[in-house]
Amino acid sequence: MSAALLIFFVLAGLAVLGAVALILQSHPIHSALSLILVMLSLAGLYLLMGAEFVAAVQIIVYGGAVMVLFVFVIMLLNAGEEERTNFSKLATFAGVPLALALGGVIAAAIARSSGHLPAPAANGALTPTRELSKLLFSEFVYPFELTSFLILVAIIGAIVLAQREN
Amino acid sequence: MNAIFAQYGFLIVATVKIILLVLIVLTADAYLTWLERKVIGHIQARWGPYRVGPHGLLQPLADGIKFILKEDPLPEGVDKKAYFFAPFLTLMLALTSLAVIPFGPDITVFGYRTNFGIADINISLLALFAITALSVYGIALAGWGSNNKYSLLGGLRSSAQMISYELAMTLSVVGVLLIAGTLSLKEIVEQQANGNLGLLGWNIIGFSKDHAGLTQIIGCFCFFMAAIAETNRVPFDLPEAESELVAGYHTEYASMKFAMFFIGEYTAMITVSCLSTILFFGGWLSPFPASWTLTHYVPSVILVPLGLWVFFDGIRYETIFGRIVLPGIGSVLTLLGLGLFAAPAINELIQGPFWFFVKVFAVLFFYIWMRGTLPRFRYDQLMDFGWKILLPVSIANVVLTSAFILWRMQG
Amino acid sequence: MVPTNYYLILSAILFGLGVLAFVFKRNIITIFMAIELMLNAVNLAFVAFSQALGKTDGEVFVLFVIVVAAAEAAVGLGIIILTARNRRSLNVERVDLLKL
Repeated sequence: MSAALLIFFVLAGLAVLGAVALILQSHPIHSALSLILVMLSLAGLYLLMGAEFVAAVQIIVYGGAVMVLFVFVIMLLNAGEEERTNFSKLATFAGVPLALALGGVIAAAIARSSGHLPAPAANGALTPTRELSKLLFSEFVYPFELTSFLILVAIIGAIVLAQREN
Repeated sequence: MNAIFAQYGFLIVATVKIILLVLIVLTADAYLTWLERKVIGHIQARWGPYRVGPHGLLQPLADGIKFILKEDPLPEGVDKKAYFFAPFLTLMLALTSLAVIPFGPDITVFGYRTNFGIADINISLLALFAITALSVYGIALAGWGSNNKYSLLGGLRSSAQMISYELAMTLSVVGVLLIAGTLSLKEIVEQQANGNLGLLGWNIIGFSKDHAGLTQIIGCFCFFMAAIAETNRVPFDLPEAESELVAGYHTEYASMKFAMFFIGEYTAMITVSCLSTILFFGGWLSPFPASWTLTHYVPSVILVPLGLWVFFDGIRYETIFGRIVLPGIGSVLTLLGLGLFAAPAINELIQGPFWFFVKVFAVLFFYIWMRGTLPRFRYDQLMDFGWKILLPVSIANVVLTSAFILWRMQG
Repeated sequence: MVPTNYYLILSAILFGLGVLAFVFKRNIITIFMAIELMLNAVNLAFVAFSQALGKTDGEVFVLFVIVVAAAEAAVGLGIIILTARNRRSLNVERVDLLKL
């Protein structure tokens, strides 16, 4: 087994472990920690694939901003253990098979299409950040500007929501 | 032997460098606490630590022994996972962040060329920001896990503060990135040597070859302010404001677990000082143009008088132990200075690390100076300052810098 | 080198687990986290495809997804705080009126 494959299996194992723990933990802050584990191992996988900029952004934005916001809100609301209600059981009966079926369908589709996929680049070279930024600011400049507008809307929305009426 | 070294050389060198760096940084942390107490003591017209060893030089050692031997009680009702995980996370991230910092130019030792630092990667600046971005979890989890209202308030404050100031910190660096055109800390330093102007080429003054007059002094100010807030130091030390929150997020921690937070905080201070040195003060570059070869003897010129002063000051010390130790340190420093004078090859090798150390020391001294001088912000003032002053000013800096670069490119 | 398929299968597993968490959990914050997990799974597939095809476009998409996720988190958590304040519960089943 090559080193890359070994690293892949370790990181993939951590990611799946984190995702399973997200479901099994009953306290939201433990779920949040599990999700952070998933995000960090995904960042590791991006590095393994050579997408270093995306890996760094993944940690900075997801790990350092979005999840901190989640943890902050959990602490602010002093959220306790999750309460179980009757409806949860129905969700278990109907939801688990459906989710598994969905996962199965996607996995089957991927497994069937494996022949059509080109082999990955064998050199393991890094995606140059410069190339990424050139693409972002030339071909994708309109979507890029749109995202800035989206962020503006989100900021205003968050402020309006957080404001207390008085 | 050579064959093994050729195959595993990288691993061996990296391991040795990591062990060395951790040892050096832990010692530096210990003596940083000594320096801090000494300097603040003198600012407040006290002596600071004086009892343990001459001039209190063995105080860090005594503190270390105290940390190890103290009882480590487990408070009732803590969230055990978070409570135990938090100090480890803080210390681990603080030490990891030093891995990407270049302390000097690439060096060749016994024919083996290596970088002066542990990892030399293309996106080292982003990697550093990624690691520091995670360090907020240590404090947030400690605050949450302790099951204590003061801890929780400290944790809440710190998460809000760190998210707010991270934005300003990242944006204040963009100006430097625009000038350098790279995310690698090593190349950012090398770019500041362009034009061979010494001090004038550093980003804070900005007369390097391509971008004459493009000063980053605003960026430097924003970065430094945001960095102080990120490391939770005075005047932004609200997460652990002892007059309001007992000790903030680490109220419930004692013994080694508290020591981990402590070491983490001081290591973060060192990291931030290194980073501001690299980004704005030319990293390991000497303040004189590289062509002035006479200035290569500055380390000797500083070390020899310093050693002589320590020597002659030390022989008059009150205790006998001090009368032996202090002149000893003084003579070692003097001999080191004379040795550098006598061995030009080694002198060349230490030029980079010497200037790096001097600059980092200056920044750290400034940190301590601020702690001795300034009062603490109120919480709403802190948020106002971060969002209404620091963030707009750093965005303005980005706009100004890019406009200037555009103008230079066209003109 | 790791075959692209492995990444895609991992992405599918993570997405499935995300759906599972979305259906299974009752806490509104955890449900929101499940959405983030699904977005992450999709990002992994994007990067894997981009590396397999040797094009950078996929990575640009990932950046967009991350931006959208960040914006979504800001607004969504604002809504969650408001709901929790008004209904004094984080259980989604207690949020069954068409008003706050």
